[in-house]
Amino acid sequence: MVDLIIELVIIILKIGIVIGAVMMGVAYMTLAERRLSGFIQDRLGPNRAGPQGLLQPFADGIKLFFKEDFIPDSAEKLLFFIAPGMIFVPALCVIAVIPFGDSLNIFGREIQLRIADVNIGILYIFAIASLGVYGIVLGGWSANNKYTLFGSLRSVAQMISYELALGLSVMGVLMITGSLRLTEVVEVQRSYFFGFIPHWNIFLQPVAFIIFITAAFAETNRLPFDLVEAEQELVGGYHTEYNSMKWGLYFLSEYANVITASAVITTLFFGGWHLPWIEKIPMPQILLELLQIGSFVLKTAFFSIFFIWVRWTFPRFKYNQLMSLGWKVFLPIAILNVLVTGLFYAIFS
Amino acid sequence: MKRVSYKETWVDKLYIPAVLKGLIVTLKHLIRPHKNITIQYPEYKWKPYSHYRGAHRLNKDEQGRIKCVACEMCASACPAHCITIVPAPAPWEDRERYPIKFEINMLRCIYCGFCEEACPEESIELTEVYDFAGNSRRELIWDKEKLLEMYDLTVNEYYKGKPGTFSYSKEKKEK
Repeated sequence: MVDLIIELVIIILKIGIVIGAVMMGVAYMTLAERRLSGFIQDRLGPNRAGPQGLLQPFADGIKLFFKEDFIPDSAEKLLFFIAPGMIFVPALCVIAVIPFGDSLNIFGREIQLRIADVNIGILYIFAIASLGVYGIVLGGWSANNKYTLFGSLRSVAQMISYELALGLSVMGVLMITGSLRLTEVVEVQRSYFFGFIPHWNIFLQPVAFIIFITAAFAETNRLPFDLVEAEQELVGGYHTEYNSMKWGLYFLSEYANVITASAVITTLFFGGWHLPWIEKIPMPQILLELLQIGSFVLKTAFFSIFFIWVRWTFPRFKYNQLMSLGWKVFLPIAILNVLVTGLFYAIFS
Repeated sequence: MKRVSYKETWVDKLYIPAVLKGLIVTLKHLIRPHKNITIQYPEYKWKPYSHYRGAHRLNKDEQGRIKCVACEMCASACPAHCITIVPAPAPWEDRERYPIKFEINMLRCIYCGFCEEACPEESIELTEVYDFAGNSRRELIWDKEKLLEMYDLTVNEYYKGKPGTFSYSKEKKEK
């Protein structure tokens, strides 16, 4: 009984820490987005609230909470109300299966550093991540505004055409790993080629990586594929009619999605929490674990910043370009990648 | 006209080299934030060129008296009719009239500088001051005292630094 309670406390603690970390990451992503875009455009960005603008996310949050919560007269009230939640919950759920470390030994108790070690981890990620589109579709439709509806329609078409390429590009990684369990995906990447190059999937599946990261931009509705928002054409896209903290939830879930996508990219292609060459140096186990968690956080942060960096570099694709890129380029290449990987697998093993 | 055509090679069609090139361009800007073209405004202020037309001032002569003789040339030259002058007999020997009331509506003024050109006594002048504000419309109708005060403020340079350049000058923080 005591054991069960301790287990429960540990799990709740882990969930709390991970959600807390993601939310802090989201808060500071908003600041990073604005400051980095400022630097890229030779500006300064917000730097007044606190040192270097570090308190800006909290100022923004307080502002959003105290804004008038206005619902348009013609809106479908119930769906309008729950749609932001429908995108926010999946955005946070995906992070549950991602291993952020090996295992920590505290007071003789082995703590696995992941919330849930699901044996269909990758399928779970795709299943939950696709649910996020309902938040966009219902939010855009229930607002009863033509621009939001356009945004929703685009979102659906974009999701369908990119999810295929996304799923197929991961197939190559799965064939190498032989498991859908993300723990094993990381485990396989812990060895070395020729004894010194880390056995990360990026070196085995570079094509899959490029397809995956490009499709991830489309999945998270970030530029150059942010047709769902497309400020210049659709006012604000699907969240035109939203304001106050409901709009804030859409905003937060966009960044939560970016962080999750970065974590998935790290896990699938860049060795997850694996910090190369560190195992050979003798050090206490707890320090090694902390270093590995640190390396996971750093890799994820790098890809999150890469998302921002790409946003402020490339212009938006046209709708037909987006579609033809998804169906005519990425889908065939992804299928070809699966075939070539299978061929190599058959010959060399 | 000579037409220059460029045949796309298969490397171009991959788009990845072009993508990387674009990323490097933005990265160069990202890691050199010191080349900002924006100014940290209240701490740093841009120094205008000497011909800048900002807020007005009324000049004083060597004895500290107002130079204006209330000829109303500026008021008649003003295309926005923002200058109001009420003349009175001067208490001094060297002129007949002086203004007892001299008001400029800073909200109506278009800062064309015609008043400065019209003035025969070089009394009214446009300074380099560009950052002034008020809490009400009444507050931005500047009277004679305020305009003479502007002379004291701007007789030595108001903004520090080299005019027209982006070499910012830090103003002392008022406590």
